Amino acid sequence: MKHSTSPVSSGVLAPEAATAASGAPPGPRRAAHGMHGPRWAALAFATPLLVYLVVFYAYPLWRNVDLALHDYTPRAFVRGDAKFVGLKNFVDVITSDTFRPALVHTLAFVAVSLVFQYSIGLALAVFFRQSFRLSAVLRGMFLVPWLLPLIVSASTWAWMLNSDNGIVNSVLVAFGGDRVNWLTDPHLALWSVIIANIWLGIPFNLVILYSGLQNIPTDLYEAASLDGAGSWATFWRITFPLLAPVSAITLLLGLIYTLKVVDVIWIMTTGGPGDSSITFAVWSYREAFGTGQPAFSPAAAIGSLLIVLALVFGFVYLRLQRRQEES
Amino acid sequence: MRKSATWRAAGAVGAAVLLSVGVTACSSGGSSSSTTTGASGGSYTWWDPYPQHDESSSWAKRVQTCGDEAGVTIKRTAYDTTALTNQALLAAQEGTSPDVILIDNPAVSTLADTGMLTTTKDLGLDTSAIDANLLAAGQTGSDTWGIPIGANTLALYYNKTILDAAGVDPSTVTSWDSLDAALAKIKAAGHKGITFAGIGTEEGSFQFLPWFWGAGADLTTLDSPEAVKALSLWTDWVKQGYAPNSVIQNSQNTTWEEFLTGDFGFAENGTWQVNSAKSASFPTGVITLPGVTGGAAPAPTGGEFIVAPVQKDTGRYTATKKIIDCMTTTDGFVQTADTFAYYIPPTTDGQAALLKEHPELSTWVDAVKAAKGRTSDDLGTKYPKISEQLWTAVQQALSGSASPQDALTKAQAAAQKAIG
Repeated sequence: MKHSTSPVSSGVLAPEAATAASGAPPGPRRAAHGMHGPRWAALAFATPLLVYLVVFYAYPLWRNVDLALHDYTPRAFVRGDAKFVGLKNFVDVITSDTFRPALVHTLAFVAVSLVFQYSIGLALAVFFRQSFRLSAVLRGMFLVPWLLPLIVSASTWAWMLNSDNGIVNSVLVAFGGDRVNWLTDPHLALWSVIIANIWLGIPFNLVILYSGLQNIPTDLYEAASLDGAGSWATFWRITFPLLAPVSAITLLLGLIYTLKVVDVIWIMTTGGPGDSSITFAVWSYREAFGTGQPAFSPAAAIGSLLIVLALVFGFVYLRLQRRQEES
Repeated sequence: MRKSATWRAAGAVGAAVLLSVGVTACSSGGSSSSTTTGASGGSYTWWDPYPQHDESSSWAKRVQTCGDEAGVTIKRTAYDTTALTNQALLAAQEGTSPDVILIDNPAVSTLADTGMLTTTKDLGLDTSAIDANLLAAGQTGSDTWGIPIGANTLALYYNKTILDAAGVDPSTVTSWDSLDAALAKIKAAGHKGITFAGIGTEEGSFQFLPWFWGAGADLTTLDSPEAVKALSLWTDWVKQGYAPNSVIQNSQNTTWEEFLTGDFGFAENGTWQVNSAKSASFPTGVITLPGVTGGAAPAPTGGEFIVAPVQKDTGRYTATKKIIDCMTTTDGFVQTADTFAYYIPPTTDGQAALLKEHPELSTWVDAVKAAKGRTSDDLGTKYPKISEQLWTAVQQALSGSASPQDALTKAQAAAQKAIG
C-alpha cells in the first residue's frame, strides 16, 4: 500500500507529474499588453504548477514547522492561541528517553530492510528473467504482499508470530523447539517487524528491478556467453553495473518509504513492548494519535527530523547521480 | 518596474493560495450545521461514536424521537471513537460545533479544557440523581460538563467448566491471595489461568487500573509501593505461567478471543461482552475484580457523556436541553442500556429498573457502583499523559525489560515531566 502512491507522492518524481499537469489551458491573462506581455504569459502558464506546489508541498511543510515551533495543545488548537516556544519541542524530543532507541531502531529498521529487500528482489528479478513455464504466474504471485491491504498483512503477521497461538511457534514446538516470544520479547520485537517489512517490500524491488533488466540489451549477454563468461561473471560484469541507475532509484525510494513506515509496526507491536520496536515515524504517530491527548507539536518536531533525514539521503542520491553522469 | 511586477504576481499567487486553503478549511467541517432545513424547529446536529448503528437502527430512531419531542429534526452523524474527539476539536476551531455530542468520558475534560463545552448549569440540566462516582469523570473544579448516558466497566469473567474441574469456587475469589490460589489450582489442573490486555495503548492502562487502584495506589504517584505491588502481581502471573505471554500485545478483543477458546479460567473484560459470554460454548459467570485485601476493586468507568458544545446562537440551547433531558430520564437510561446491551444506567432508579428486567446484571451494577472515572480526582487533562507512562511501565515490566519498581520509577519521572 505504501508503495502504490509512489509516482505522485514521492518528491523525486513529482516535478515531472506536475509539469504534465501544467500543460492545461492557460488562464485568461493572455490579454496583457505592453513589454511585459511574454513575462505575464509565462507566469500564467506557471501558475497552476506554482499553486499546486504551494498548496500541496509548501503549505503542509510550513504548517509542520509551525506546529513544531509552537505549543499546540488541544486547547490552543481550538482557540488558535498556541504559544511560540522556539526550539523547545526539538530539545524535548532529543533529550527524551525515547530518542536514542528510536534513532537506533530507525537506522537498523531501514538498513536491514533495504539490504534484504533489495538483494532478494534482485535475485528474484534475475531468476524470473529467464522465462520458463509458469514464470509469469509465479512472478504475479510474488506481487501478492503488495496487493493486500496493509492492515490485513500486518495483522496476519501479528497472528503468525503470536507467542501462544501463532503458527510459527506451533511449528517450532512440533519440531521440538522452544516457543519464541517474537513480538513480546524486547530483544526480538524489532527483528520481527523487520522481517514482516522485508516481505512487504520485496515485490516493489522485484518489479522495478525486473523492468530495469528488460532494458539491458540481450546482445550483451550473447556476446558474453560467446566470450565464455559464466552466469556469475555475467551477473557481476553486465547485469549489476548496467542496473546501477535503476538500483539507485529503487534504493532511494525504498529508503524514503521505509523511513516513514508506521502501519506495519503499529499494528504488530505499537512500537513496544515499551520502546523496543519504536522508530521515529511510529513515535511521531504515537505522540499525535496514540494517546488520549493529541500532542501535535512534539509529533511535528519528530516529523521534521524525519524529513531532514530523508532530505540528507536525497542529496546523497543527487550527488551520486551527478558523479555517475560525469563519468 | 519589472521587479515590482514580478512581486505583484507573486502576491496574487499567494493570495489565491491563501484563499483556496481558507475555503478548503471551511468546507471540511462546515457541512454539519449548515444544512438547516426540515422541521419547524430547525435541524439539530448530533454526533455519536456508534457507527455500528445505522439510520434504520433502534438507536437512530430513539435519537429522532427525542428530536421530535423537542420539536426539531436531528441530523445524526456517527464517527469512530478516536476520530470523534479530533472531529469535535476541528469543528470547535472552525466554529461549527454540533449541538450535541456523545463523547467517551476521558475525552470530556479534554474538550472542556478548550472552552468548547457548556456546563450543565449553563443549560439548566439537573444532575442530582446521577451517581457521583460516574459524574466525576465529567467534572473539573466546580463545573460539570455533561451527563453520562450509561456506564460500563471491567469485571472478571470465568469459565465454569474449568473452575469446576480445578475445584475452584468463584465465590471464594475475593482478594488477590484467593485469586492467586485459584490460579495455581487451575494451572495444576492443566489449564491456563487468566488473560488480560496489556497492550501499549490506553486499553492497557484501562485494564491495569483496577489492580492499581485495588492495591490502594494513586495516579499522582506511579511509583508508590502499592503501585509496585499491583504491577508485580501481573508480572508474576506471566512469570509463573498463570497468564500467557501474549497478554503483552493483547487488546481487549484478542483477550476475549483467547477466553472464548475455552482454555482459560478467568478473563478480565467489560460489560460489552455480556451477550458474547452468554453465547460461549461453555458456561460462564462473572465476579467483580477483587481488591488486594478483599472487596470490589474500583475499575475504571467506560461509556459516553452527552455534552452540549457552545453555540453562537444561544437560542438553540432550549431545544438542546429538551433533547438531553429526553435522553437522560430513567426510562431513557434503561432504553439506552437495552439498546446497547452493555450500559448500566448511571442513576439508582435506572439501575433498579434495569435489574427488574435483567437480574443477572447485578454483578455489573455492583461493579459500576464501585467504578471510578479515569479523569476523576481533578486529574482532567493530565490523565492521558499519566496513562501513557503507566502503560509503558506495564509493557516494560511484563516483557522483562525492567523490574516493576524500575519501570514505575521511570514512569513517575516521565509523567512528572509531561504534566509539568
